[in-house]
Amino acid sequence: MKIEVLGAGCAKCKTLYENVKKAVEMSGKEAEVVKVEDIPSIMKYGVMSTPALVIDGVVKFSGKTVSPEEIRGML
Amino acid sequence: MFKPFADYLIFDLFDLTPGSHLGDALNFFIYDTLKIFFLLTVIIFVVAIVRSWFPPERTKRILSHEREYVGNVMAALLGIVTPFCSCSAVPLFIGFVESGVPLGVTFSFLVSSPMVNEVALIMLWGMFGWRIALIYIGMGLLVAIVAGIVIGRLKMEKYVQDYVWEMQVGNAEIAEQSWPERFAYAREYTIGLLKKIWPYVVVGIGIGGFIHGYVPQDFLVRWAGRDNPFAVPVAVALGVPLYSNAAGVIPIVQALTAKGMAMGTVLAFMMAVTALSLPEAIILKNVLKNRLLGVFFGTVAVAITMVGYLFNAIL
Repeated sequence: MKIEVLGAGCAKCKTLYENVKKAVEMSGKEAEVVKVEDIPSIMKYGVMSTPALVIDGVVKFSGKTVSPEEIRGML
Repeated sequence: MFKPFADYLIFDLFDLTPGSHLGDALNFFIYDTLKIFFLLTVIIFVVAIVRSWFPPERTKRILSHEREYVGNVMAALLGIVTPFCSCSAVPLFIGFVESGVPLGVTFSFLVSSPMVNEVALIMLWGMFGWRIALIYIGMGLLVAIVAGIVIGRLKMEKYVQDYVWEMQVGNAEIAEQSWPERFAYAREYTIGLLKKIWPYVVVGIGIGGFIHGYVPQDFLVRWAGRDNPFAVPVAVALGVPLYSNAAGVIPIVQALTAKGMAMGTVLAFMMAVTALSLPEAIILKNVLKNRLLGVFFGTVAVAITMVGYLFNAIL
């Protein structure tokens, strides 16, 4: 599973990245978590507000952060 | 509801005399703080719920079918309900222009979205009443529509950074949210925003209370009254670097109004605080060449200044 956190350096983007890492740890699943910060890659997903969460190429949400527990439910 | 509590706390519990400098200042401070935080909590929460229906991806889709004029009006209106953070200004701008939203229409959105924001409105409502808050919304929309039309007319597409036009933009399908998700989002948003602004609000109300109690009446009539033609432009110039402190600025401004600052000057100042900011300029430099950035700030500043003069003449 590949999880991407889209966002260019806003405070919420860091929070979401940390929450995703926690969620992966809690679930015990194998997942690669990457931060995507360059604009062209973010735009490729059509996301216009950051942070956004992409799991295996599918945009789950944008413009907010959610708790590790909620992210775990999406894995 | 808050008035009796403030009276009870200050005059009964603390046993201060009504009418004394300290008693009145503290009473005013407690009353205003309670009122403002109550309004902030309720309204930010409600606005966040409404906004969960208007992610920028959807707003973009609506606007990409619109032409000039109608598009500018729609963009200014959607700017109110679409959540906006200057940190997302770059992907937002690229998403808009790449999907065919005209440049002028995009600017109408970029002006209205931060300016007609819920915090500024609540503070204006709480401090000046709902009439001034409504006038602020109306004038904010007008500034956004007019500035967008002017920028669109100037045909400045070549002053957008070249890479923007070559960007490949995907079409994200944003999943429809459930009610619990909307509530969770609104709760997080409200708590996050309150955490960020509460010190400014408290300090602002504190300074406002001090000015109310201790600065002589009509102190500002000479400098910031309606007869000084320079008051509006100076207020606009001062407003630009004060971004994000709208919450803290309004109580101070309200106190200054009581000491003679004219209402049009206040409105112009508030608009400059929220609509134009240096951090936003730095972020927008990523997508705009200097000339377009200058035209954007110039047009909006002139429009705001005119609103200020207009209201000093009629209010």
